[in-house]
Amino acid sequence: MIVHLPGALDDYTRGVRTHALDAGSLRQALRDLDARFPGLAFRLADEVGVVRRHIRVWVDGQPCEDLDRTLMGATEVHVTLALSGG
Amino acid sequence: MERPKHKLRVPRARKGGVQLLVGTRKGAFRLKSDSERKHWSLKDAWFVGHVVHHLVEDPRRKGVLLAAARTGHLGPTLFRSEDGGRTWSEARRPPRFTEAPEGLLQRTVNHTFWLTPGHADERDTWYAGTSPQGLFRSRDGGDTWKPVRGFNDHPDLDRWTGGEKDGTPDGPKLHSILVDPRDAAHLLVGMSSGGVFESLDAGRTWEPMNKGLVIDYVPGDPDFGHDPHCVVMSPTNPDRLWQQNHCGIFVVDREQGVWERVGESMPKDIGDIGFPIVTHPRDPDTAFVFPMDGTSVWARTSPGAAPAVFRTRDRGASWDRRDRGFPKEHAWWTVKRQCMAHDGHDPLGLYLGTTNGEVWGSVNEGKTWRTLVRHLPHVYSVEVAGVAP
Repeated sequence: MIVHLPGALDDYTRGVRTHALDAGSLRQALRDLDARFPGLAFRLADEVGVVRRHIRVWVDGQPCEDLDRTLMGATEVHVTLALSGG
Repeated sequence: MERPKHKLRVPRARKGGVQLLVGTRKGAFRLKSDSERKHWSLKDAWFVGHVVHHLVEDPRRKGVLLAAARTGHLGPTLFRSEDGGRTWSEARRPPRFTEAPEGLLQRTVNHTFWLTPGHADERDTWYAGTSPQGLFRSRDGGDTWKPVRGFNDHPDLDRWTGGEKDGTPDGPKLHSILVDPRDAAHLLVGMSSGGVFESLDAGRTWEPMNKGLVIDYVPGDPDFGHDPHCVVMSPTNPDRLWQQNHCGIFVVDREQGVWERVGESMPKDIGDIGFPIVTHPRDPDTAFVFPMDGTSVWARTSPGAAPAVFRTRDRGASWDRRDRGFPKEHAWWTVKRQCMAHDGHDPLGLYLGTTNGEVWGSVNEGKTWRTLVRHLPHVYSVEVAGVAP
């Protein structure tokens, strides 16, 4: 599947906006992303596995907050950041 | 009282130029002075867009900097430099809670709020305090962090800290991590809310140290649940602690073990509420505070919108106003708990950062003040490079 990453993560991804991986769950996908881009996972989800407040994850266009959600058959994951701040 | 394990080193007056490390809501900045502390310039802007709660230089290793950061979107992390800020790397394992023991609330780190270098003899040790309240330690210079389990897993931690409603508006915090210069195992921390807690065994066991403190916002006379805004230890007499508390200014000598409210000798129209407190590095009877309006709904601005530092030289028996150079009216800013620091020089330099993005300095112990820089974001912390918080 392809994971789409936002520009706010460029410090980790060095500008890479899409990353192909093969994972059975969102939790596994985060682990794989962290292996490729060290430090990234903890910026997206906290130590008990809750996606952070202003981060949203979409699996094939559907919002998903459950890191145990299976990714079997999924083709695209989008990570987006809410328009927060000021 | 237990016997000191290390000889106390009385700090000599520092000399030469001063570097200020400023953490703000939107990045970190460094100001440098000339050798006379007359001319100041803004030299560096780091992590622009990140919330930087604390930026500290290691007094044991020149050029080693640690920054506690997060952004509005992304979770908390730490950045580390070994070359004076030219390059930075992210901590491989920033502070994070482990699974809470049964009976304790599961906490997750919202942000790292406070950084303290460890004892001079433990050159790679650092401590971090988080929001919500947690204590973490690094043994490798800040790259990887582990919980201080004796504290974070203490069965009374939830009773000490109270619930979410008891925290400060930006989240409950562990701050004011103090390491006794005579004994690396002697630690003190402050918590808002919670109070002051002490360990004599490097964090394995803890006891409240809140006797004598006033608490006027909850019923009873508890041993915990207090709100120290900032706690400092006298370098020349580490058994003397000062604190600027939600309910006043207090001092304690450990052998007596009872906090004494010395803020009652402040002028009545000013009161003794504020965030920061600084103790003189060579005189344990001298301390500086920056009062704020803690009446009614707590404006948290300077009383009368006229900023002033107050100094005591007699252990709080009397206080003198030090405000020359500050606006006399209509200055609606304040100074947060991590935003006032000294430079260790003689005469002592004092620095404070404001909620409206200014840094002010005095090179004569607060007698006269001037703006060193304007137009920064909301200032969250001010430290002098090479001087431990």
